Order: sequence, then structure tokens, then C-alpha cells
Amino acid sequence: MKKNRIISISLLIVALILMVLLPVTIKKDSTINLVILVLLYMTLASSWNILGGYTGQTNLGHAAFFGIGSLTTRLLWIDGVPFFLSFLAGGVAAIALALLIGIPAFKLRGVYFAIGTLALAQILNLTVGNIFPEMSYNPALSDYQLIPRYYLFLSLAILTIGSAFFLVNSRWGLGMMAVREGEDAAESLGISALKHKLLALIVSAFFAGLVGGAFAYYHVSYYLNMPFGPEWTFDPMMMAYIGGTGTIIGPIIGSIFFVLLKQLLVWNVGEYHLIIFGVLFILIVLFLPGGLVEAWKKIKVHLRSSPGKKIQSFS
Amino acid sequence: MPASLGQILVFGILVGALYGLVALGLSLVFGVTKILNVAHGELVMIGGYVSLWAFSTLGLDPYLSIPISFAVLFLIGAFLYRLIFSRTVKLPEETKIKNTLLVAFGLSVILQNLALRIWTADERGITASYIGIAFKVLGVRFPVVRLANLVVAVFFLVALQLFLRKTYTGKAIRATVQNWEAASLVGIDIHKVYLLAFALGAGLAGVAGTLVAVNYSIQPSMGLTWTLKALIVMVLGGLGSIPGTLVGGLILGVTESATSFFINSNYREIAGLILFLLVLIFRPQGLFGEKEG
Repeated sequence: MKKNRIISISLLIVALILMVLLPVTIKKDSTINLVILVLLYMTLASSWNILGGYTGQTNLGHAAFFGIGSLTTRLLWIDGVPFFLSFLAGGVAAIALALLIGIPAFKLRGVYFAIGTLALAQILNLTVGNIFPEMSYNPALSDYQLIPRYYLFLSLAILTIGSAFFLVNSRWGLGMMAVREGEDAAESLGISALKHKLLALIVSAFFAGLVGGAFAYYHVSYYLNMPFGPEWTFDPMMMAYIGGTGTIIGPIIGSIFFVLLKQLLVWNVGEYHLIIFGVLFILIVLFLPGGLVEAWKKIKVHLRSSPGKKIQSFS
Repeated sequence: MPASLGQILVFGILVGALYGLVALGLSLVFGVTKILNVAHGELVMIGGYVSLWAFSTLGLDPYLSIPISFAVLFLIGAFLYRLIFSRTVKLPEETKIKNTLLVAFGLSVILQNLALRIWTADERGITASYIGIAFKVLGVRFPVVRLANLVVAVFFLVALQLFLRKTYTGKAIRATVQNWEAASLVGIDIHKVYLLAFALGAGLAGVAGTLVAVNYSIQPSMGLTWTLKALIVMVLGGLGSIPGTLVGGLILGVTESATSFFINSNYREIAGLILFLLVLIFRPQGLFGEKEG
């Protein structure tokens, strides 16, 4: 156990060093853009996982928080507010939205929560599209630099995953998982389901809002309602499931897998990645609820137990 | 003013009838199998493409192609149930609803992207010769295509109701809804009932798709909009209530047309969604449903 821990910590450190050095060693913009995409999805999927995976509340409106963060940051930043302040404002706006909708939304249980949040995100998507029908352009295009954007996404991904790790290993995290396993049972032990769900929603929304702000900083021109689109909910949700919900590593694996698959298929057969991803998602929900993480564990157990079985058969 | 108010009402009701029809299949499936098929809008889309294909290659009038889109979607529904949804039957109810919801989302992603491959992202519609025709009664316009919505919706609603009340199979379906364990004890094959209900629901989505292709236009990304409309109608009318879907459809239709008239037509979808959230929060049993005991 001890040895495993040392191995995983040193692997983590090596991975971090590689990520920090990446733009210095690989100077190709296309590669950096690809890694930015992975980091964006990683943050989004990890933040979805806090409420959807650890607390068991299937949030189909995650795009609302991503969108509100990007909208706030973009409008303030374009208006001349220093970037870092606009960026933080995006996260704060997402928290405000979470507080506003949290209590009424959590009156809905299970599937009603899911379709309620779906409707909410769609309301914001359509409303923002009506209010800002024009494309938003980055005015300071001449001094656009990719490297600071890369480090912004990288630190955000580390911050999100780190916070998720500490949250789920805390007392609050245990409470969240108790709520997931059975709301009534958790309540009977004195765990307030509403408080735990609200906390999970706020943390989840905050990081989604921040990564929305980073998106606003990164993208040169886009329609302001685009980040509110349903694909910003469904894609990260599928990534979390394919990697393994309710684990820290799951969304990380899922997002890397998604972007790699997308790239491979674009090169070879065209845009088939969403079809394949959808099939994989269905298979995982039906047959392997723990995702790739569980598959890996099963393989490991199988590898360990098979020599034992051979010995038995000899005797 | 009274004439325009009448117009809002008439338009709302005629569009609402289509909404009711879109929700009919979803409601039947949810009521019987407890599967919340959020890929319903994608099935509507495929129904639209079937009629479009019949219209452009065979020259078949869209209303005459209704049996074709029903049959094709019935088969697709049966296939999807057999392949995917039948695997969730044995799960406990809450897990089952959640898992089928997720699976249906995966399915909607697949169907949408397949449609994109096959038919491209272009918006298409069926332009039959009679599309612009309308007649006036007391200053209120009645477009024929919209009137047909009401006729087709009422026809399928009554047909479904008769099927469920009068036939042996229909009674088996209702018995399964009331208590599936007791139903299987008296010899009803639950798997067949679920398969039939799911296929019928898909078939009804196909019919609705034909009407959508005549009334509006179709494109691969339209699914979510129509799934949401069906969900709104289902919640307004009471979950799983068959006559409730028509009432819910009419309410949504009138709400949308009133919003278009008094505020702005860009906000009509938003009005429906807000209504949906309010009902979900304050009356989750539906506007006319009774509170569960």
C-alpha cells in the first residue's frame, strides 16, 4: 500500500512537470490548443462530477454555469475591467446563479431535478441568444498570446481537481456520498441532504464558472450564448461516466480519451467520434457503471488471481 | 382586438394539438414502462425524414405517408427497446428511471449525429401545394395545415384510448401499469407489454414528425427542442395521463402564441420552459393530477 502511494505521487509529480514544460518544449500551436481542449473538458467534467458523481444529483444544466461564467468574464473584460477581476467575477456569478436556483431546484428529486436543470440551462441559452444576437469579437487581437492561456487552463484544472480531491476526502465529502447512497437514510443519521447538495452545487458551479471565464479569454470570437449550449453539459457528463463517476481520476481519463478519440477519428474517418462516444456511454451505463476505472480494477484483480487459480487446478 | 384575441387562441390550440401529439408517445412510454425517453425528439426527427423521403422520391402526400412513418418508427422503437432498454427492466424503479434517462441521452447523441451524416445539417421541409391555404371565420384565420394537426392529434388520441380500453392487449397494458407483479402472476408477458408500449410510443413520435415536417421544418439538431416540448406537455397534463397530454399541449400552445403576440416570438419557447419549471416546483403531480398518496 505504502509503495503504491509513493509510485502514484511520483507519477503525479512527473505528469505535472511535463504539463508545465509542455509549451516550452513543444512550440506547435496546434498541440497546445489540443492540450487546452483536454484541460477545459477535464475541468468541466471534474466540476460536474462533484455534484453528479459524488452527490448523485444528475445535473443536466451544467452548461448554465459554464455559460454564465463566460458571459460575465467576457462582457467585463471587453469593457476594460482587468482580466483577472473579470475572471473571478465569472466564478462569483456562477455561485450567485447556484444560490438562486439551488433551493427551488433541490425541491425536485431524482429525474425531476435532471429535467428541471435541463430546462433551466435551455432558458438561459435562449434568453442570452435573444439579448446578444451578435458575434462577440476580441478587440485586442493583435497581442493575443497562447502561452498565458495555456497556463490559465492548466492551473485551473489543477485547482479544480485538487479542490475536488480535498472536498471528497473531508467530512463534507463523506456526507455528500451518504446523500448519494440514500437521501432518507442520510437524513436519519443527521446529515442535512439539502446543505450537502447545496455545497456540492456551489463548488461545482464555481469551477464551471471559472473555466467559462477562461473560455471567454481563450476564444477569439463566438456567439455569447454558445457556451450555454447543451453539448457543454452532455459531453463532460459522458466523459465523467466513461472514465468513472464518483472518482477523481475518472473525469481526467474520460476527457483525455474523448479528445484523443476525436482527433484520431477526424484524421481517419471524419466526425464519427460523438457516435462512438454515445455507444460507449450507453454500454458503460448499462454494463459497467464504474466506467474505465472499474474496468481497470477488474483487470488488475483478474491478473492477480489467475496465477492462484492455476496452482489450485494442479492440486 | 377581440378578433386578434380569437386568433391567438385558435393558433395556440391548433399548434398545441401538435404539441399534444408529440407528447402522446412520450407519455405512453413513461406511463407504462417508467422509461423517460429523452431521445423522443430524435424519433420525431426521423419520422419527419421518413415523410420527407416519401414526398420527394415517391411523390406521396405527407398525410398519406403517416402510416409509413408510424410503421418505420414502430419498428425502430421495437428494435431500440430490444437492443437497449430491455436491459433496464429488472432494476429498482429509481435507478431504472435515472439509467434509462442517461441511456436515452446517449441514444439522442447517436441518432443526432447519424442523422447529420445521412441528411446533412440543412433545414428541410415538405412543401405541399395546399400549405398556404387558409379560410376565415368571423375574422379569424384557420390555416388548413394547422387544422389538420387537430384532426390527426384527436384521431390518434381516441385510437390509443380505444385500444387501451377495448382490446385484450390494451387491457394487459393497463393492468401492467397498475401492478406489474400482479399482472405477470396472471400470465401477462411484461416484456411483450413493455416492448409494445415502447414501439407504439415511437410510432406516435413518427406521426408527430410528419406533422412537424409539414408545419415547420426538420433538421438533425431539432431533437432537444421537441423533447423539451413533450416533457413540458407531459408535466402540464399530469405524468402518464393520456387525455392530459392534449390538455397540456393546448395550454403550451396558447401560452406560446400569447407570448408571441404580447411580448416577442423569440421568447415563446422560454415562456413554455418557465411554465414547466413553475409546475415542476409547485405542482409536480401536474396541473390536474392528484397528489400521490
